[in-house]
Formats: sequence, C-alpha cells, structure tokens
Amino acid sequence: MQLESMYQEIILDHYKNPHARGLREPFDGESFQVNPTCGDEVTLRVKVTEDGKIEDVSYEGQGCSISQASTSVMTDLVIGHSVDEAMTTMDAFTELMQGRGQVEPDEDVLDDGIAFAGVAKYPARVKCALLGWMAFKDALARTSNGAEAV
Amino acid sequence: MTTTDSLPVDVTALRADFAILSRTVRDGKPLVYLDSGATSQRPAQVLDAERRFVETSNSAVHRGAHQLSEEATDAYEGARATIASFVGVSPGEVVFTKNATEGINLVAYAMSNAGTAGPESERFTLGPGDEVVVTEMEHHANLVPWQQLCQRTGATLTWFPVTDEGRLDLSELDSMITERTRLVAFAHQSNVLGTVNPVEPLVQRAHEVGALVVLDACQSVPHGVYGQGAVDFGALGVDFAVFSGHKMLGPSGIGVLYGRRELLEAMPPFLTGGSMIELVRMEGSTFAPPPQRFEAGVPMTSQAVGLAAAVDYLNGVGMDRVAAHEHMLAERALAGLSEIPGVRIVGPEDTVDRGATVAFVVDGVHPHDVSQVLDSLGIAVRVGHHCAWPLHRACGVPATVRASFYLYNEPSEVDALVAGVREAQRFFGVGE
Repeated sequence: MQLESMYQEIILDHYKNPHARGLREPFDGESFQVNPTCGDEVTLRVKVTEDGKIEDVSYEGQGCSISQASTSVMTDLVIGHSVDEAMTTMDAFTELMQGRGQVEPDEDVLDDGIAFAGVAKYPARVKCALLGWMAFKDALARTSNGAEAV
Repeated sequence: MTTTDSLPVDVTALRADFAILSRTVRDGKPLVYLDSGATSQRPAQVLDAERRFVETSNSAVHRGAHQLSEEATDAYEGARATIASFVGVSPGEVVFTKNATEGINLVAYAMSNAGTAGPESERFTLGPGDEVVVTEMEHHANLVPWQQLCQRTGATLTWFPVTDEGRLDLSELDSMITERTRLVAFAHQSNVLGTVNPVEPLVQRAHEVGALVVLDACQSVPHGVYGQGAVDFGALGVDFAVFSGHKMLGPSGIGVLYGRRELLEAMPPFLTGGSMIELVRMEGSTFAPPPQRFEAGVPMTSQAVGLAAAVDYLNGVGMDRVAAHEHMLAERALAGLSEIPGVRIVGPEDTVDRGATVAFVVDGVHPHDVSQVLDSLGIAVRVGHHCAWPLHRACGVPATVRASFYLYNEPSEVDALVAGVREAQRFFGVGE
C-alpha cells in the first residue's frame, strides 16, 4: 500500500517541527480532549480579540504523527483569522476527513491541510486528525468573544 | 532456525482450517494476523458445527416439547458439559453470558442486589468499610464494574500495583487483603503484558480472610499455561471465573461465567425475565436453580454449539501443545524485538510465567504510526491502551503496540513482525 500517501512530507515536517506548540498565557478558553480508543490527548488554549479574531492558539499533548501534525497545521490555518473564517476552514477540513478519500480538497482554503487527504482513506486514523480541531472548537466555545460562532 | 516439522503444533496443516488466514490485505500482502488477544479466528469446524445446528435443530431451548426443541436443548446442554469439562468444573457451574464483560457485571450486580434479596444471599452484600481488591493491570472489564459496585454500595476499591518489570507486586499481600476484604478480582494473564499472575497465593490469602476470588481468564483459557496445559478452575480454587468464546476460536456473542455451585445457589439474579423463573404470580416470583437462574431470555444457542466445537478443536490439538507452541513464539518475538535498538518491551522480557502477548514501544515512533507501517505490510497488531489505561499510566507510556499470538501463527510471522518494526524505524528516520 501507499504509506507515502498517508504520510506526506508536509505531515512528517509538521510532526518533527510542530508550529505554535507549548501552552501560553493569556488565553480566553482552554480544552482538554482525549481519544478514548488510543489515549492520545491534547490540551489547547485559544486567545480571541474583542473583534472576534483568533490571536493565538497554543497547545501541548501526546499523540501520533497524524494528530500532532494536524494540530500544528491547524494553528497555521486559524491564527490571525476571524472566528468565522476559522469555522469555515474547520468545516472544510472535517468534510475532507470524513469523505473516505472521495472529497477533493481546496488548497486555497486548507493550504497544508490538503496533505491529510490520504488519511481520510483510513477510518481508524480520522479521529487522530480531528483531535486538535475538536479541542480548538471546544476551547472557542468557552471564550466570551468566540462562543457565538461555534 | 526452527523448522515447521519440529514445532509442537503442525501449523501448516492446521492453518488450512482457517480460511481467513490465506487472504491478502493492503494490495496483495499475505495477512499476518497477530491480534488474537483481541479476537481469534475461527476454524471451519466451528462454522460447520454452527451451520449444522441451525440447519437441523434450530429452535428455542428449554421450551416446547417438539423434537427440534429437544434436540436444541440437548445440543445446548451438551455444549455446556463440553465447556465445563474443558475448564475442570461441573456443567451446573457454567453460566452462558453474552461475553466475559457481562459475566463480571453479572457477579457485580448480583452483589448489589444481594442487599435486598434475603438472608441466604447475605454473604454477597457489601457496604461501607468493606473492600474490593483489584490490580493495576486489569482490563477495564475487570475494573470498571468493581468501581461501580463500590460506588453503589459504599465499599472501597483498592489495588495491587505493578512492578517495573510488569509483574504484580504482592509484597504487601497480607496488608492489602485483610479482614475488610470481601472480594479479590484479578486477571490470570494480562492482556497487555502477557504476565501470568500467581493465582495460588492470592486465592490462599483471600480465602484465609473469607473473601471471594474472581478470576478474569479471558487470556488464559484460550491458550493454556506453559507446562500445565489447560486452565483448570477447580484446581485453581477460584470462586468465580470468566472467559469469552471469540478469543478461543469460537463465536462472538458468547462468554462463560464459572461460579462455585454453592455460591451460584446462594446468589441472587442479575437479569430477570423468562427462563430464569421457578414460579411467577402477579405479586412476585421465585427463581430457578443455577445455571438457569442467570440465563434470562432465550439464550444464544448456535454460539454455544460453536464454542463447544472450538473446545473440541483445541482438545484435538492438545492444550499442552498449544501452550508450548505459543511459548516458542513468545521466545522468538522477545528475542527478535529486544535486538532492535530503540525498542522496549512493556512487560516481562523473559518467558517465565508469561504468555504470547508482547507489548512494546519504539522510541521516536508513536504506536499508531508503527501499526500503520505494519498494516501496510499486511501485519495486523493492536495499538492503543488495549482497554488497560491505568496499566499504561503505571508503565509510563500513553500507548503500546501489541502483538498477540495463537496456535495458528508461524515462526515466520514473528520474523515478519520484527522486520516490520525495523521498517517503521526506517520510514520515520529513527533507530540505527
């Protein structure tokens, strides 16, 4: 099989050199998410400006290359964007991951996120790819400025 | 090199009975199935027995007076006798359940029901001040039901820790199991570490203080014990034991709860309804003697027949041979994996008191990623915490890769695993 189709270079790069990693202050919302089947976990914080812009996402956790790289890519995709834009991106990524490999990703929306198209063919790994995003959504819901959009 | 001729089990001949073992996966790779600890594969003999039953005698057991009903009841009770004899107990001490998890819950809920069930079940009641003792290496199925029982009754849960080498730390045996202890529950063989736990000292101490012993035998009954052969509950002296059909070449949807006769006779029911009653009036009911008291509703019948066929199959090979074969595979796997720099066995590194379940981690490659590389080579292993999360915490790892072997595995499959782990290291750029 095509191991390389799942483990694209982009994924391995993000895994080895994750972006925005570490927990930072200040933050407005925090979430702890765990994948009960494998024990992978992430703690993620989000800082939202008064006008609804995502100022920072910080996180730490343990997990496989897919979950770690996906969280790293997510921070690139959402930091500096409005909460609404981030939700649109999340919907696109979720649709890609749940598409069993049948969804054509839009690089303009997902950027490095398109590298996860191969993962969508492996149902057991989809949860890994979504772990950080679930934490992001939950953390946003706990903020006063971002909760409405979630 | 081990040649197939000198193996305790004639694997080549035996594998012909398991159609699934000759299929390919992931673009034509021969399947290397190393996940029997999760569920085992079924030989044609088991499937044939189930089919034969359904095609000739299928009907509801213990009901009706027609010929099919008689035949089905005979098949069902015959299966009970075969399975009971396999584990060294009487047929009346064998209760069929959906799976082992249900068997443990049956005991746990019967114990909470005992509080309101009258004087004869008083010995099963629990309350504040009483203790239930488990171990840190339990599968969730032998942990969560006891946590819940303690919550319902106000009793306290305590546990034996695990040593660094993956064995039970029994150094505080006498202060862990005391006059307050009412029940001791533990795994015969760990589903992660492969450790075979010493039943005798635990049973002896528990009985000294009047506590009941529940043995989770899911990972021992299917494989036997090296040097001893088949697991014998009677000889072990446990009060209750559970195991599941699908881990021993049998169907899913059937498990076994063994209970010592006098205990089952005194224990109140868990599930109630049809089949388990003696007399029913609008005002109240009385219950059938065991094992029927614990088998409410129309039971799983073809599954019981299938499980008995699985027992016949295992007896045909011989449990001493099964255990010897797996011992050889475990030795080979431990040796092969230990040789790889950056690979750490989680569990005993030798084959003393240990079954053929081998968990490990690879430095720099997450278990999920190891298993993905193995999967790409056709090798099926389990990954994660294997329903033993507290054990993984105790071992300081979030997850492990687990290879679990059975009588149909060949030495070459162990070698494929070892080569696959090296390939995972190469792919992720770690190791040598």
